[in-house]
Amino acid sequence: MASAEEVAKDAERREIRDRWLLSAPALIIIFLAATGPLLIVVIYSFLTPGPYGDVVWKFSTDGWLSVLMQRDIFDDTLAFADAHLSIFWRSAKLSFLTTIFTLLFGFPTAYFIATRPARQRNIWLFLITIPFWTNLLIRTFAIQEVIRNEGIVNTVLIKLGIISQPIQMMFTDFALMVGMTYVYLPLMVLPLYASMEKIDFRLVEAGYDLYANRFQVLRRVIIPLVKPGIVAGSILVFIPALGAYVTPRVLGGSKNMMLGNLIELQFGQGRNWPLGSALSLSLMAIVMVALLLYVRSVGRRGGAHG
Amino acid sequence: MASRFDIRRQTGFTTIAMICFFALYLPIVTLVAYAFNAGNSIAIWEGVSLRWFYQAWNNSQVVDASIRSLQIASVAATIATIVATMAALATTRTKPYPGLGFKYAFINQPLMVPEIVTAVALLIFFSRIKIWTDYSGLGYLMAAHTAFCIPFAYLPIRARLENMDLSLEIAAADLYATPWKAFRRVTFPLLWPGILAGLMLAFVISLDDVVITEFVKSGGQDTLPTYMLGQFRRVITPEINAISTVFLLISILIVTVFFFISRKKDQE
Repeated sequence: MASAEEVAKDAERREIRDRWLLSAPALIIIFLAATGPLLIVVIYSFLTPGPYGDVVWKFSTDGWLSVLMQRDIFDDTLAFADAHLSIFWRSAKLSFLTTIFTLLFGFPTAYFIATRPARQRNIWLFLITIPFWTNLLIRTFAIQEVIRNEGIVNTVLIKLGIISQPIQMMFTDFALMVGMTYVYLPLMVLPLYASMEKIDFRLVEAGYDLYANRFQVLRRVIIPLVKPGIVAGSILVFIPALGAYVTPRVLGGSKNMMLGNLIELQFGQGRNWPLGSALSLSLMAIVMVALLLYVRSVGRRGGAHG
Repeated sequence: MASRFDIRRQTGFTTIAMICFFALYLPIVTLVAYAFNAGNSIAIWEGVSLRWFYQAWNNSQVVDASIRSLQIASVAATIATIVATMAALATTRTKPYPGLGFKYAFINQPLMVPEIVTAVALLIFFSRIKIWTDYSGLGYLMAAHTAFCIPFAYLPIRARLENMDLSLEIAAADLYATPWKAFRRVTFPLLWPGILAGLMLAFVISLDDVVITEFVKSGGQDTLPTYMLGQFRRVITPEINAISTVFLLISILIVTVFFFISRKKDQE
């Protein structure tokens, strides 16, 4: 008996070992070209900037200090770095607003798709999937063509005689807002649709039987049912929006930077790799907090049902 | 009564959905339309012409960047799909074992970290290696692309595996098939649509990448997206529209195939 048990245990141990071997190449590649380098960023954030970029191997906390503070070049006193704070604030504000707007537009769209007959549903879903997988740069460029001074919106408004001068939309926060909402909308619709697809409409019917009106059914029945989709979609939009680089670079120009562009600046003209590293880690920390809150909210819900 | 009152309807939702679809496609359609403009402008229409497609085709920078994009995407997607298939086989159809959760988290890690942070990390890491080894070829870009393609290749393969039970493989083993033979003759043919979907997803993701490529590339290693990003700083001619149109077409083609492969799986 004991030996049979041991044989079984041995086989199990061998199987686990084989499973590790089988997954090893994927894990090693990700470690070498994604996770590992992140650890090096931590080291770099505590070094001194080199004269032509890169770093000098001398410990310093200046990188982290300059994330929020700046040293006065005359009397060496510390003050809040207004430029950085305003970029942090703009990134947070725009990402939050993008999440809200994609939700406001995405929710009805996902609901519309989910309530189509099964055959039609795939076509509508396909129409969302295409922009989802087409190049972000091309979509940003496409929206730029619409809102630029010589773009469709201005041309049409001038032809209709509503305005005489084109409205300057490019290189404003408004352009960023429109661009990011446009670019991230599919990211919101897909998870929303995934949870709306599962709605049991008998619950909706029950709501109406209990004399609820349409708005009450929406607020008290449908929204609570699709809450996981709302949370997932918001996370999926908020995180890339916060780290956005391409959209603000093309639509915002150099005056309306977001965090991603500020980080790039430190590795280009700024020649301050430690500050760039510290800024990257700050961004990552914010994202991790958001993810943690998400995991906790999912966990709580699971607990409540169990 | 029930037939007249549609319980699914919500006031205004259809209108908003239609606005969204219109808004999603209007810019893309405009972009494509102006690729065929005969004039030099991307705003004033001067008649239909294919001249910008010819110009892009004869622009050696565009051709080089396209070839480079395709090379990187082919290598990265192939390696990513192979290792993701192995990883998926190792992490599905088993009772939980120590390290399983770690593997999930690790494989999905590139999805959790903002792309710009990974880009910065790779810039730092690879610039060190460039100094040490004196090698500055496409290998860095291929390695970086492979890493972030793995989670995308992994997802559809894992999904497919989870819908397959082990009984056929066990039957093969009962009939004295070696594990490799069982994989090649039983598992692989069943898994094939998932692998193909993973491969295509990884290919599109690699082809589309801007941020990581922009930070990792050495001089003269522009891919098509980073080349286009560089052009936005100059005066824009419909040539960019023409390039975008071709790029869009390729993406749409791949996505369409992917969409139908994964839909079919659901209906089985």
